[in-house]
Amino acid sequence: MRTWPIFKKEIRLYFTSAVAYVVFTIFLLISGYFFYSIFAFFNLMSMQSAMNPALARDLNVTEGVMRPLFSNISVVMLLLMPILTMRLFAEEKKSGTIELLLTYPVRDGEVLLGKYAAAAVLYLAMLGATALYPGILASFARLEWGPLLTGYLGLVLMGSTFLAIGVLASSLTENQIVAAVATFGVLLIFWVIGWSADFAGPVWGKLLSHLSLLEHFDGFAKGVIDTKDVIYYVNFTILCLFLTLRSLESNRWRG
Amino acid sequence: MIQVEHLTKHYGPVAAIQDVSFSVEKGEIVGFLGPNGAGKTTTMRILACFMPASAGTARVAGYDVFSQSLEVRRRTGYLPEHVPLYSEMPVAAYLDFVAEVKGVPRAGRKRRVAEVMERCLIADVGHRLVGRLSKGYRQRVGLAQALVNDPEVLVLDEPTIGLDPKQIIEIRSLIKSLAGQRTVILSTHILPEVSMICSRVIIINQGQIVAVDSPETLTARLSQSERIQVQVDGPPGAVLAELRRLPGVLAVDQKALVNGIGTFLVESARDRDVRRDLSRAVVGRGWGLLELRGIGMTLEDIFIRLVTEEQATTPAGDETPA
Repeated sequence: MRTWPIFKKEIRLYFTSAVAYVVFTIFLLISGYFFYSIFAFFNLMSMQSAMNPALARDLNVTEGVMRPLFSNISVVMLLLMPILTMRLFAEEKKSGTIELLLTYPVRDGEVLLGKYAAAAVLYLAMLGATALYPGILASFARLEWGPLLTGYLGLVLMGSTFLAIGVLASSLTENQIVAAVATFGVLLIFWVIGWSADFAGPVWGKLLSHLSLLEHFDGFAKGVIDTKDVIYYVNFTILCLFLTLRSLESNRWRG
Repeated sequence: MIQVEHLTKHYGPVAAIQDVSFSVEKGEIVGFLGPNGAGKTTTMRILACFMPASAGTARVAGYDVFSQSLEVRRRTGYLPEHVPLYSEMPVAAYLDFVAEVKGVPRAGRKRRVAEVMERCLIADVGHRLVGRLSKGYRQRVGLAQALVNDPEVLVLDEPTIGLDPKQIIEIRSLIKSLAGQRTVILSTHILPEVSMICSRVIIINQGQIVAVDSPETLTARLSQSERIQVQVDGPPGAVLAELRRLPGVLAVDQKALVNGIGTFLVESARDRDVRRDLSRAVVGRGWGLLELRGIGMTLEDIFIRLVTEEQATTPAGDETPA
């Protein structure tokens, strides 16, 4: 397997081109701010509930802080994932380095896998850094670890789909901006596609809500692992990676 | 080692190369010569498995570039025309990456990279970022990445472009030193380069091969007359008349006259060496013979002649594909 050197090179280029630092910083800054404000709001609620026992019954740190935090993080990802993936192929096409890369004795699948893995590892590191927030919570309150872990699992699955869509867009153009905007557009459409489910009729409505990136995440945030949701994300990811591979291979036969 | 048969490549309606066939033996250095846009880069890209041909086949080391591309790529080192490199990587790290991708085993990789850097004269810039290098250094880093896994076949697209004269000489001798064990095909439009390092020349124009031969035979085949330059210290008018009278001389031209010393260009029939008669005549008249020099036909002349002949014989519009 020649995936490893490609992976190392991509990680290296992420950090030498400052993309990784910028995305990391912005991501942590915004998610930190969300954590702070959600936590502060929860704090306020708990103080009020000291006077009102009816309110206190529904208070739960995991439900009250982590669940809204997860959905906020997924919105930040919607904005930042396209930036992470846009350079993967578009940059090589623009600078011409793809000509050398494709004439090295590596399979296209190995190139794709190396690049995708590099973006995925960066993303996992970003998520890993947010583990600080439940860590802080755990020192004040008793956390329910189950829903916390399924929430993270959901973020990992959804993120891999985001990255796969981004890689596909990057392989189709040599302009990084076009790749980022196209990725963002596709993500946003699949994000909001479920909104019209309520008035699209029973069959279409079901189809549309099944296509929604957002609705499949909901279960994970609640602590439910539904195979339907897992399969949705895994399928979406595999489809996008497969199409990327086809787009790469087409260089070899498209005359 | 390389067999190219009836290779054709269309870009839309335009044919970049048409029915190109040639073969290169193991250990040869072959020069691919042609004006800009003649189809050199297209041919090289097909050989390097970067793009497919529209028709025809090409085999490198016995493997088809289309159906056995991975095997071909394992055995080929390729230097593209514009030397695309990762500008944000340091030279040594970049070459290490290339070596690893090309499957140089981990054990000897560090030594191999150091060796190839030494050979390509870039050992002093190992820690510098590729993007900060001058054109000459970039070119040599490009050459180093092609050489790093010690490939059997080298495909070099204009390897000496952008180098200074000293570097050109060094790189030429480097390429020349590769002959014997490795097969090299290089493109260029610098003509003396070909006669210096290549054992064979393929001249291509407008996507078609015009001539394939060794530089020497090409020169001999195409020169129809012998040319000699002489410098004589004597009355120019009389010298001119005397030279014209010699048997076998077709034409004499006075090129310069400095301090009473005239420089003349004497053209004679190809099978006739007039140098003996000429020197005897000049000395016999008591003039001073200061210089007597045969001027061979340069590759430039051959090239221009071939290209213009080609244009004269093929009617315009013949190139559009059916």
